[in-house]
Parts: sequence; structure tokens; C-alpha cells
Amino acid sequence: MDRLLKSPNVTGWLLASPLALVLAAFLVLPIVMIVIVSFWTATEFSIVPAFSFENYDFLLGSPVTYSVFLNTFKYAAITWAVTLVLGFTVAYFLAFHVRSQAWQTALFLLCTIPFWTSNIIRMISWIPFLGRNGIANSTLISWGVIDQPLEWLLFSDFSVILAFVHLYTLFMVVPIFNTMMRIDRSLLEAASDAGASGFQTLWNVILPLTKPGIMIGSIFVITLVMGDFITVRFMSGSQAANVGRLISNDIALLQYPSAAATAVVLLITVLITISALLRLVDIRKEL
Amino acid sequence: MKKNHYSRRTLLKGAAAAGIASAFPAPMIWAQDIKDITLRQFGTGVSNLNEVAQKVKEDLGFTLQMTALDSDAVTQRAATQPDSFDIADIEYWICKKVWPTGNLQAMDTSKIKNYDKIVGIFRSGKLTPESTIAQGTAPHTVGFTSGPGGTDFVAEESGWMTLIPTIYNADTLGIRPDLIGRPIESWTELLNPEFKGKASILDISSIGIMDAAMVCEAMGEIKYGDKGNMTREEIDKTMAIFTEAKKSGQFRAFWKTFDESVNLMASGEVVIQSMWSPAITAVKSRGIPCVYQPLKEGYRSWGGGIGLSKNLEGVALEAAYEYINWYLSGWVGGFLMRQGYYSAVPETSKEFMSADEWGYWFEGKEAQGDITNPFGEKLAGAGDKRDGGSFYDRMGAVACWNSVMDENQYMVRKWNEFIAA
Repeated sequence: MDRLLKSPNVTGWLLASPLALVLAAFLVLPIVMIVIVSFWTATEFSIVPAFSFENYDFLLGSPVTYSVFLNTFKYAAITWAVTLVLGFTVAYFLAFHVRSQAWQTALFLLCTIPFWTSNIIRMISWIPFLGRNGIANSTLISWGVIDQPLEWLLFSDFSVILAFVHLYTLFMVVPIFNTMMRIDRSLLEAASDAGASGFQTLWNVILPLTKPGIMIGSIFVITLVMGDFITVRFMSGSQAANVGRLISNDIALLQYPSAAATAVVLLITVLITISALLRLVDIRKEL
Repeated sequence: MKKNHYSRRTLLKGAAAAGIASAFPAPMIWAQDIKDITLRQFGTGVSNLNEVAQKVKEDLGFTLQMTALDSDAVTQRAATQPDSFDIADIEYWICKKVWPTGNLQAMDTSKIKNYDKIVGIFRSGKLTPESTIAQGTAPHTVGFTSGPGGTDFVAEESGWMTLIPTIYNADTLGIRPDLIGRPIESWTELLNPEFKGKASILDISSIGIMDAAMVCEAMGEIKYGDKGNMTREEIDKTMAIFTEAKKSGQFRAFWKTFDESVNLMASGEVVIQSMWSPAITAVKSRGIPCVYQPLKEGYRSWGGGIGLSKNLEGVALEAAYEYINWYLSGWVGGFLMRQGYYSAVPETSKEFMSADEWGYWFEGKEAQGDITNPFGEKLAGAGDKRDGGSFYDRMGAVACWNSVMDENQYMVRKWNEFIAA
């Protein structure tokens, strides 16, 4: 018995078991429940635990599902591209242009200040700004740039993506900044000594070395955007839908099984997307 | 344990003791017991107001905890978490979804002091003996059950109510007269291309589709058998008309909460939209002109009431009946009517309103002086009249009640398609 406990195999299992138990209880079990419920049926006021493919039948057979998934991917892709460019630029500036560490820390903290207020407040504050009689339109009119208020500023895909970018760029900045700070500065000097231009250094040295940060940031942004429903609802004026909104509508109307089915499909989609991203970069090796 | 301090559980268990307490005239003991009680009430923001909880504490001595949620969350909570509340302040159309779950208990009308004074709409369905009953889920059709433990609805006054009616109103479109600049008379104006990009409806499917039906019927596009219980074909046609309007950019935004509708209207993003009465008064009290426009096709109406959790028993149940009797005794009625709603027992509210307020809100008369809401903000001045006139003019012109259809699930799916289109 004593020998058994001391065997490295058993110690390993024992050390891993608390986390395994927590994950099993709070991650695996709920997901299993969702999968089970997704095969049930529901009426207005009760859920019937009878095995049925009806939810998936309806979900996969409805053109709405495809257009909504397409919309979800569209939001995710555009937001990802914009936050990547912004996040990379900001991180690059912080990591390589700001020389003193005190300034680096100060500026980095500055980036996080908007996060002292809640997501919803930050999102909603765009509404009076972008509105028909909002600050943006009245400024543009007073400058003589336009003579009619721009209608597409608010309650449009534009405003949805603007809010997403505003909310999630920091999730891109932090991991990219983190990996950039680990880059050995002598590599940059070597590149410079070997005659590389600034752009060549960026493209051939910095970018490959920041890939893990980019990948982590991308996973954050893509999963957040694909699951978000409240931003889409508020900023599109309820006129656009993504998968999150389908799920929240179902839940609101007590259609739990149908919501569960949609959630399962969304989960699978997100997992596929992430595994595709991970194939591009071996994060474990790079870290 | 402190003297006179009981936990809620011991109170609940002491149903027998409560029986004794109520059998003997010992008001002091009763007052001691009841003040330790906390009743948890939830409902929509419309009537779940802290002012009511405060007044309950003053008048009755016990504590009422208020939680305000949106209509969907109210339905969910009543249907799935019966242990999380004592009193459910819900709407009649929601009752159709919630009552069959058995989470609420039938209420004995013989314990309701003002039962005889409750307006006819909630008892026989008729406002006046001559009036016809509107389409949809009329409150009296889901207002009574066969007895304690019943999960059914019965047509006649059985002595056992599902909800005690408290509040109701006739809804119509809200408009910004300053931005429209001409009279609006019909529901068809909601889809008038003149208001392209400046119209809105609410994104609560059960109510939104009723507004849509009022519009389609007014346009002469669809003739409904019952707008409150459409066939699949009628749902398809209705949603097709609205989807086309949405694709051509008729709507600026949809709204789901009270505040959203107020902001859309007050900011001028929208000039015509489905709206609720207090939202209109909220816009008005910011000094922005807004009219709750009576339309020739009539109103879409709704009613709310108080239901008791099946878990309530003993002293807590007695306290809940006390609360209901207090609710119908006039103070709350006056409070609600000053916001533009109607009380289920209007005649008791009259005692809590000035003659001028009563004339303005209930009788549709010209105001003699300033009319303020319960929070003291001015809504109207001398010479103003209420939009739509008197109680009988407004409630007498109801075209349909908010409802749950037999084809509800199909309708919801169609509504999702509409939002995603």
C-alpha cells in the first residue's frame, strides 16, 4: 500500500484529481446535460424527456439557422481582423517604442481603464453618440461634411462591429504584448546588423515570434464574439441576429431543448474553429 | 432566539397556530406575528414599484421584497422556479403558460373583500352588459379555475381565481406629433413608407405579432378569424408582410424593454411605434411631445394580476390575502391610475385621487389644473384631455387581448425568422 502511494503514477493521478473533479462537476457535467436535453421535446410549460431528433431536424432544416450562423461568422471574422490589426499595433508600440518600463506599465494600465465600467455601459454609451441626432452626426453636419444625418451609424452591422471592437480589442493587446516582451532583443539587433529593414524585421522576426500571442488573442476574440448576444441585440436595435440571440430567444420562451440543440451546434462550431487555429500554431511548443 | 422572533419556516409550520390566532380576536398577537413576515413578489417593472413595498410596510407591517423583470423572465421564473417567490405579479396571457404547471394556488374569492366591485372584464368578460368580448386571451377566460388544486380554466365565476386582477390598460401606437405633423388615425400608418427608417415595434413575439395583426387587418391584407389565435396560414401571411417591410428598411430598431422604447422615442430615432402608456408619460415628463394615439381600429389590451405561489401557507398565506385586500382597497389603484393604467376596482381608487385627477384619468374630462404622475412630474396642464377619452371609451374599444395562441411554437419560430431576415 505504501509502495503504491509512493509510485509516481499514483501521486500524479492524485495531484491531478482535484482539478479533474472540479472540471468534471462544473464543465463536463453541464455540457453532458445540455447534450441530453437537446434531444428532448418541450411544450409551453413542460419539458418532455423523450428521445427525439426534432430539435436538430428543425435547426438543420431551417434556412434561418444557416443565415444566422453565416451572420455570426461574419461578425467574428470582421471583428477578429480589426482587433488583430489594432491589437498588434498597440502592443508593438508599447513593447518596442516605449523605452522606459514605467511608461510601459502606465500606458498599459491606461488601456485597461475602460474596463473599469461594465460591458453594457460601454456599449450603451455608443447609442446617444451614434444616433440620428447624436454627437457624431451633429458634428459632421456642423462641419459641412454631410447635410443629412447618417442612418447607418446606429442600429446597423457597423455599430455592432464597432461595439465588438471596442469591447474586445484589449483581449488581443494583452497576449500579443506579453509575447512581444519575451522576444530576445538581441534577435532584433542581429536582424538590423544583417541589414534587414524595419519592415523585414517586423515580418520575418517579430511576427513569427508573436504567433502564440496572436493565437491566444484570436481564440479570446472569436469565442467571445460568437457567444455574445447582448451586444448584437442592443447595437443592431434587435434587427440582426446571431446564434447567441437564437439561444436567448429560445430560453426566454421556455424552449430549453431547442436552445440546448442550438448551443450544441454552436459549441461544435467554435471547437472546430479553435482546433483549426491551433493547427496553425503549436502553442505548447511556442510558449 | 430573540423574543418574538420566528424564522419563516416555523411560521409556515405554525399553520394551526395561525388558525387559532385568526379564530380569536387578538389583533395584537396578529400584528406581532405578521411583522416578521417577508413576502417575495416579482413581476414586470410596470407595477413592481418600491413605493408599493414601502406603503405595505407602513400600512400592513410586513415586508414585501420586489423584483422587477421583463415579461419573458417573468414567465420563466413563474414556470420553472416556484420556490423563488411567494407572489407572482403576472399578466393574464402569461397565465395561460404558467397556470398549467401547478406552481400557483387557486384563490378563494370569498376572502376578497372588494370582489363584487372588480370590473366586469375580469369576471364575466363584459365591461358593460351590452359590450361584446374582444378577440385573444380575454382575462376572464383564464381567470377562474375549478377549485383548489385545479390546473384548468373554467368559463364561469367559480369562486376560485387564478389571478386577482390588479392592473390593465388599452395599448395603441405612440407617436411624436411634432415630427409627424399630421393626424394619425389608423394602425396602417406603422408601415407607411413616409415613416421609413423611423418606425418600431416591440420584440416580444406574443405581443409584437398582435400589433402586426392589427396593422395587417387595418390594411385590408388579411381577415383574421381570431387575431389572438391565428392559424399557421395567418401567421405566415402576417410575418411575410412585416418581413418585407423590414427588408425595405421600414424599421429603425425593435425594442424589448420599457427604457428602450422611451429612449427611441425621446431621441427622435423613431416617430411612430408600439408603446406602453407609462412609456408615453416618461417621454412627456422630459418635456417632449408624445401622444398615445387612439386609432379607429381600436386598442390591443392587456391585464395583470397577482398570483400566489403554491408553497404559501399558514400565516404567510393570511398575510398574502391581507396584501391582496389592501391592494384592491384603493391606494395602489390611485397610484397606478396616475400613470395612465386602470385599477381593477376603480371605485376604491377614486377615494385616493383628487376630483380633478379622477376627471382627467377616468372620466376623460378636461384637466382643471396641473396633472402630475405619482412621482410629482407634470404630465398635463389645465385644459388638456387624456388621449382616447374616458375609461368606457377606451376599454370599450378593445379589439383584442394579448394572448398565447395554440400555434404559439410555430409563431415563435416565424418570429425568429423575421428577426433574422
